Amino acid sequence: MLIRTTAIIPTREITDERLYLDRRAFLRASVGVAAGGMAGALLSAEAAAAQTVLPGIKKSQLSTTGEKLNSFEDISSYNNYYEFGTDKSDPKANSGKFKPLPWTVKIDGEVGKPGDYAFDDLLKRFPLEERVYRLRCVEAWSMVIPWVGFPLADLLKVVEPTSKARFVEFTTVQRPSEMPGLRYPALDWPYREGLRLDEAQHPLTLMAVGLYGKTLPNQNGAPLRLVVPWKYGFKSIKSIVRIRLATGQPQTSWNVSAPQEYGFYSNVNPQVDHPRWSQSRERRIGEFLRRETLMLNGYAEQVGGLYTGMDLKKNF
Amino acid sequence: MQGINDDSTSVSSAGGRRPTAARATRGLGVTFRSAKPVVWLLCLAPLAWLMYRAVFGGLSPNPIDDITDETGQWALRLLLVSLAVTPVRRITGWNGVIAWRRLLGLFAFFYVCLHLATYVVLDQFFDPNAILADIAKRRFITVGFAGFVILLTLAITSTAGWIGRLGRQWRRLHRLVYVAAVCGVVHLLWIVKGDDLREPAAYGSVLAVLLAIRAYYGFR
Repeated sequence: MLIRTTAIIPTREITDERLYLDRRAFLRASVGVAAGGMAGALLSAEAAAAQTVLPGIKKSQLSTTGEKLNSFEDISSYNNYYEFGTDKSDPKANSGKFKPLPWTVKIDGEVGKPGDYAFDDLLKRFPLEERVYRLRCVEAWSMVIPWVGFPLADLLKVVEPTSKARFVEFTTVQRPSEMPGLRYPALDWPYREGLRLDEAQHPLTLMAVGLYGKTLPNQNGAPLRLVVPWKYGFKSIKSIVRIRLATGQPQTSWNVSAPQEYGFYSNVNPQVDHPRWSQSRERRIGEFLRRETLMLNGYAEQVGGLYTGMDLKKNF
Repeated sequence: MQGINDDSTSVSSAGGRRPTAARATRGLGVTFRSAKPVVWLLCLAPLAWLMYRAVFGGLSPNPIDDITDETGQWALRLLLVSLAVTPVRRITGWNGVIAWRRLLGLFAFFYVCLHLATYVVLDQFFDPNAILADIAKRRFITVGFAGFVILLTLAITSTAGWIGRLGRQWRRLHRLVYVAAVCGVVHLLWIVKGDDLREPAAYGSVLAVLLAIRAYYGFR
């Protein structure tokens, strides 16, 4: 009887797991190319990242009215998303390789139900609504965007924050192979943001999964991002992979980079200038003359109560 | 063109580094006169490309920002090119290149003017309060404006008449071009967001190399 003492497959012939996974990704991509090829079209990066229609969207009472929407083209071609590069045109140009699906969000810290939440399950669990919001960038430009999403408060309810939870920390995905901007330390990666728990639970605070009725383009933070309309845009963190409920105020990437310029709150405030430029006016994308910036980006009536008694110059 | 003659004489009298009469006017077989239209076209090409995109599409949804950025970048690039003229002459012995310096410097100033005009007209729309507040309060604008004032002075005194009037003082005055270039690089450095220092570092290193070459040969 012959007893084999050596492995049938020599170790050198076993494929490294990473290569194997890359090959699977390649095969998946090839199938896509083949499908596209039947139509005689070359699968461009843009086509690969095509948005799909989100079903069952309801219009929200909380939408901002009386504002002209910016075009999809404006919203998806003028972005700050440093993981894809620091120019406004970089995110659209360099995010074609980014794969937003499948996706899971880790929710941990001071919560009763920590865990990895699948993006697909979140989509099924929460009814989607369209919310039109002004977005005011800290760089003194603004847009009006029809987001699609669900209130962050609804998600927080599901994970049951403990009585010790005071803050929420968010983290953006960090994938150097798909995000070429990560090669350069333009910020302290991974990108992190934070809110006070009551800010996070405010009905205006949205977890966005789409815009203009379709899933988010990669450059806008696919598949899941935060939208806090009364704060400067950089607070609305993109492509979230982790939400941690915390007892203390979390670190935020911009605050780490320039603490004197970007405070934890970063509420839109025309009376508190950025040290290097005025915040009193802004350029609405598509308009020539600057317009006055509104207190809390025009949402003071709804969210002003969160800051009663606080010195907003000190807590900028 | 007195300044140019003045400059080349001083070099030949100082060390006589390969100062052949032929080279002084015909470096690399190109004369100033024959190549002048080409240099004009090259210097105006960035503006033409910018205007083309402004009219036919190709700028971002925030075109005023693009115009501000590009005119500023080209001002700095041309300023560095004009500052490279003397080092090129010192290293290659091509004295004729000095004839380009004034034209390149004036084109740099031209882009600085476009950059400033974009800010005053397109960005702030002649709002005097906002502009004065910016110059006084925002250090990147203060330093940029200082660079503009220097270059304005140098542009005004770049004519043959002023060169004659100022005599030996002219060269000392025009050494301020280095200060203007430093102002330009610092202006860019101070507007950087986040920790992305690549652009100012690139311009700064070129300027540092040019200054080092200048220092090696002595500031004359």
